[in-house]
Amino acid sequence: MTDALLTKDAVFEGLSGNIAIQALRAALPDAIVNGKFDRGELTLVISADHIRAACRTLQQAGYNFFEDVTCVDWYPVEPRFQVTYHILSHKLKERVRLHAMVGSIDPSIDSITPIWPAANFYEREVWDLFGVRFNGHPGLRRIMMPEEWEGHPLRKDYPVEGYR
Amino acid sequence: MPDNPHAPEIPGFVETATLIRPRPEEGAKDRTMVLNMGPQHPSTHGVLRVVLEIDGETVVKCVPDIGYLHTGIEKTCEAKFWQQVVPLTDRIDYLCPMTNNLCYCLAGEKLLQIEIPERAQWMRVLLNELTRLNSHLVWLGTHAMDIGALTVFLYTFREREEILRIFEHVSGQRMMTSYFRIGGLALDPPRDFFSSVQALIKILPEKIDEYENLLTGNPIFINRLKGVGYLSAEDAVSLGVTGPPLRASGVDWDLRRDMPYTSYEKFQFEVPVSSDGDVWARYLVRLKEMRESVKICQQALDGMPSGPIKADAPHVVLPDREKMKTQMEALIYHFKIVTEGFQVPAGEVYQSVESPRGEMGYYAVSDGTAKPYRVHMRNPSFATLQALETMCMGRLIADVVAVIGSIDIVLGEIDR
Repeated sequence: MTDALLTKDAVFEGLSGNIAIQALRAALPDAIVNGKFDRGELTLVISADHIRAACRTLQQAGYNFFEDVTCVDWYPVEPRFQVTYHILSHKLKERVRLHAMVGSIDPSIDSITPIWPAANFYEREVWDLFGVRFNGHPGLRRIMMPEEWEGHPLRKDYPVEGYR
Repeated sequence: MPDNPHAPEIPGFVETATLIRPRPEEGAKDRTMVLNMGPQHPSTHGVLRVVLEIDGETVVKCVPDIGYLHTGIEKTCEAKFWQQVVPLTDRIDYLCPMTNNLCYCLAGEKLLQIEIPERAQWMRVLLNELTRLNSHLVWLGTHAMDIGALTVFLYTFREREEILRIFEHVSGQRMMTSYFRIGGLALDPPRDFFSSVQALIKILPEKIDEYENLLTGNPIFINRLKGVGYLSAEDAVSLGVTGPPLRASGVDWDLRRDMPYTSYEKFQFEVPVSSDGDVWARYLVRLKEMRESVKICQQALDGMPSGPIKADAPHVVLPDREKMKTQMEALIYHFKIVTEGFQVPAGEVYQSVESPRGEMGYYAVSDGTAKPYRVHMRNPSFATLQALETMCMGRLIADVVAVIGSIDIVLGEIDR
């Protein structure tokens, strides 16, 4: 098991040959806010404004397959929502995880559905269960819960039994 | 219909209820009609609702509506100890419980950084391939039944029954096995387990020949499947399709071979690929996959190592009954694990495995306590369902049934 690299500089130094980091640093020098390499998995924290550009850069760099978008609610810490992307490269057999932090007041982030249509359902799911809006999504509506449902169930301040 | 006060103010927002009426503003002609298929429909394999806009019998628009089986499993996981989540993972995809167990346990083990003994890994491979056979048998039976070939269903369920009997023998449960644990297996396999698996996989190749005799040369079956539901390789990749539908579209990608886990790298098997991209190709790919699974099972039986089935991690793995009765430490560990769980170091992992339907991934986040902070499942059917519209566009309604059957959806997994 390789040692964990827990800061941005350590990741840049230790994984200087990584295609994802090279491409992102070349195309968007201020997009990467932080990074870590832990348990054999690379995580890059991208500033929320740059997420679509970062995804496009990764797609062009050979990370062709979108796997997953989800969210983690770090309530009551601000910024509260950590939108998490998993992107895979079939050619490199490598996976990169992107984080984008979104604050709790009117949480929203750019949709990546224009880049990978596969993100469509996943972003609807995050909107439904966490209430994070995706700007530019072609049809953002609830997917799991009924349309008239109140609240976003996977938020940490939403009780497990629901509101009574 | 009055405007929904809860509707978000988003440009382009369309309520699901309005999808069942033709919307002329999107270019729908007067002569199209809207047909509601499901959620209670035998060929939607569960509670999938598909809203079809049709011109005569041709599908113009196809919108899947899901969520009828949403049980909030991801939320429930946050209220359980790490080990207690394992039975929940069975209930996501009830046709391949072992694959879900495995994926979750691998994610937990990666967070804890514990090594699993060889024998447990090989047992996991063996049971996973049996699960794949089980799932593909159900798929084949129901898919053929949707098309109108009723006989095959009876044949495949005969063999599936044998697999379920083996599962019951090894884990005590036919479908919701929960046999894997974070740190190994629940129990040593019973004494005659290997001989019963051997007896089963010995007859399986000829049984698969039997199904092929019924279907592969059947002109009605071929006409219903060939050229239907075409999906190009580019579309498959951009729509997130994984598993047999991806390989049937010509993308050579199998996580078992390309990103091996639980010692799959020690097994020799082929990954069937076809470039036709239609329902027929998916049928052939899955049948070949079943034959490869039988080969992997045989290798696992032949080379099954001996040794322990649980990791040497006393703070995670429950001690043996015998040790508990004789050693104080074992008793203390047992009491602590059962009452307050075990703490998992903070961090996050994403673990993916090749389930019978495609890439099954678990994203687990720990904040250092005994309960997961967040567990997210990346489900293959959920992503594959997005390709339904691409595959059904411009085809007949009857083809929608064939396409839904060919992507082998499990609604429990889509809705979670």
